[in-house]
Amino acid sequence: MTTLGASGELLPARSQMAFTLGFHIILACLGVGFPAMMLIANYIGLRRKDPVALELAQRWSKVAAVTFAVGAVTGTVLSFEFGLLWPEFTGRFGEVFGVLFTIEGIFFFLEAIFLTIYIFGWKRLGGWKHFWTGVPVAICGIGGAFSVVAVNAWMNQPQGFTLGADGAVTDVDPLEVIFNPAVPYEVPHMILAAYLVTCFLVASVYAVGMLRGRRDRHHRLGLLIPLTVGCILAPIQFMVGDTAAREIAKDQPIKFAAMECVQHTHSDVTEYIGGRCTEDGIKGGIGIPGLDSWLVGFSTDTEVTGLDTVPAKDRPPANTLLHLAFDAMVGIGTALIGLGLWFGIAWWRRRDIPQTKWFLRAVAVSGVGTILALESGWIVTEVGRQPWIVYEVMRTEEAVTGASGIWVTFGIAVVLYAALGTAAILILRSMARRWREGEIPDDEVPYGPSAGAPAATAPITGGSE
Amino acid sequence: MSTADAVAGVLWVGVTLYAVFGGADFGAGFWSLFAGGGERGTRVRALIDWAIGPVWESNHVWLIFVLVVLWTAFSAAFAAIFSTLFIPLSLAALGIVLRGAGFAFHKLAPSDRERRVSQALFGVSSLLTPFFMGTVVGAIASGRVPLGNAEGDPVTSWLNGVSLLIGALFVATSVYLAAVFLVSDSRRTGDVELERYFTARALGAAVAAGVLAVAGIFVFRADARYIYDGLVGEALPLVIVSAVCGLGVLALLRRGAHRGARVLAVGAVAAVIWAWGAAQYPYLLPEKLTISAGAADHDTLIEILIVFGVAVLLVLPALGLLYVLSQRSMLEEEGG
Repeated sequence: MTTLGASGELLPARSQMAFTLGFHIILACLGVGFPAMMLIANYIGLRRKDPVALELAQRWSKVAAVTFAVGAVTGTVLSFEFGLLWPEFTGRFGEVFGVLFTIEGIFFFLEAIFLTIYIFGWKRLGGWKHFWTGVPVAICGIGGAFSVVAVNAWMNQPQGFTLGADGAVTDVDPLEVIFNPAVPYEVPHMILAAYLVTCFLVASVYAVGMLRGRRDRHHRLGLLIPLTVGCILAPIQFMVGDTAAREIAKDQPIKFAAMECVQHTHSDVTEYIGGRCTEDGIKGGIGIPGLDSWLVGFSTDTEVTGLDTVPAKDRPPANTLLHLAFDAMVGIGTALIGLGLWFGIAWWRRRDIPQTKWFLRAVAVSGVGTILALESGWIVTEVGRQPWIVYEVMRTEEAVTGASGIWVTFGIAVVLYAALGTAAILILRSMARRWREGEIPDDEVPYGPSAGAPAATAPITGGSE
Repeated sequence: MSTADAVAGVLWVGVTLYAVFGGADFGAGFWSLFAGGGERGTRVRALIDWAIGPVWESNHVWLIFVLVVLWTAFSAAFAAIFSTLFIPLSLAALGIVLRGAGFAFHKLAPSDRERRVSQALFGVSSLLTPFFMGTVVGAIASGRVPLGNAEGDPVTSWLNGVSLLIGALFVATSVYLAAVFLVSDSRRTGDVELERYFTARALGAAVAAGVLAVAGIFVFRADARYIYDGLVGEALPLVIVSAVCGLGVLALLRRGAHRGARVLAVGAVAAVIWAWGAAQYPYLLPEKLTISAGAADHDTLIEILIVFGVAVLLVLPALGLLYVLSQRSMLEEEGG
């Protein structure tokens, strides 16, 4: 009866994991991408002796401090959830995938240390010395992302261990675990996604400011730096994603079949955009005959594996959601390339950001768009792997905790994270407002003199309130 | 010493560092909560912000380190602990979220009211988080965590004498460490009044922690016999070292010679942690799972040791740089 009891907690456990991970992933992306933005601004500022760029770098570093702090907290929650929600998974395979988290720990630790030095070092470290303390932050962000995403890749393509008859793990080969077959496409796809989310989110903030009539150099540069990086990376991401889809068709054919709602194995498969997935295939979408086969193998003769090759209990749920999430991701990615072309052509002709309202509006929505694409991609890879937590090795229902009361913790998590997200946004907005209104004390000028210790500035007698 | 023992040692280094640095951080939250209003309360909180601002993030990375090493090297123990102790660990996670949010937001809060709410969240969760972690340690030490998925009692496993006492001891130790650290920090800023303020509180907290530690011996004798036998057996020298360090801190604080107080205070806490480890050896879960039986595959253990070696080479110098820059006041707080 323990299995019955456990499966009762499966839905709340999956919901809590999806929710807390879906929240954390946005902050994690900023943790990976934001340091690079701030360093680019810092570099331009130092190189061209540009105070506006330096001011941007400093403000971005403060924003990064807030998002990093919240991300560290939501990340800690995830590490608890490995035990709280999935003790059977971590209990059995922790010794296999944990290897990657030990490496991630080093990157995260170094990132935290150098980010702190960078943020707190504006006044006293100064110039290029200060710039270089920020470089490890960007490198460690990428390293950390590699380690964590490689764990997810391993869940999609598990290898590097032997399962004994009693279910116990033996013969762990850490290198095979780290460099599993899904790493080459999943890791770059996620790191690029992190950069795209950061770039378009930051650019969208400045686009909104420009739409409200703030067209000073500060806003123009704030838009220009992330938008340029984002528009360069968007087409690269498209190619990486295209490769990933082909690899998934080969490595995880059932996930691919569910994404595209391919019920029976056949060739000359139609690619559908939109629509809903039924047992007779897609209903209501726009079909392009043969394209799905062509995308998988560059020929309409390519056979695409259907869902009916495995028993119903081994197929992912929510195929319509999967299909639409995949379409949303690809659609938004395509739109971002379009935005990049618009920007690129305008820049080439006039050496300036297009000043039309429509361009700024497009940039303004691109931030939310990239987050939607990010979440959609995550739905595709996670829901698409179900019912497995470790592909074809362990079912998610086998992994869940025997503890009860997860609906309660899930409810608390939703309320708590809603408050956390709201507070973070309100605080960032109030920071922006205070910066705009010039409520910046003199000691906050980049590389200015230090304000010193609290007792040195606070009056010895009399209240400071 | 086997490879598994070496990895258990690495785990214990992480536990010790978290107890010291994370503990001091929690304790600072306690002092912030009870600093009161008015000018002095403001100054106390300003000192606390200034002292822990640059280091609080890295202080808590040690917790991640402990969790990751535990689940990688001793997966079965991790699963047993987290499933049986679902309630206190969920509450500790809740405390961590509230605490991080409170600390990250309070300086940047747009209004005084919001700032006070953030500070209160930070303070209260600084109290609750170590308490619940202490109840978890109590549950493990008193043998209430059986192997398997949620096989132990979800409530009595952590609501019992040993757990409550260790919860209280964790809070007292954190508060004590923080006060000793803050004495030095007050001196660094040249604030004589706050130096006296924290000296008095450090003495009080030291006595409270000492009383709880002595009470702990009796509670252990009644309800955690295996650990008790270890503490009065092979781990006795460490218990004595801890007591001597603790008394030394008291003597130094009373004399006003703060130079050695921090080191001795850290020594007292570290010695207790290692005494617990020695008393529990060779068990991960007393009388339920030994280190060797619960250890991961050999290659995994070796990999952990390699990563730990790399971490020592990379992280320690970086951490040293952070603490040195921070202590030399090269890293300064900035307001929103």
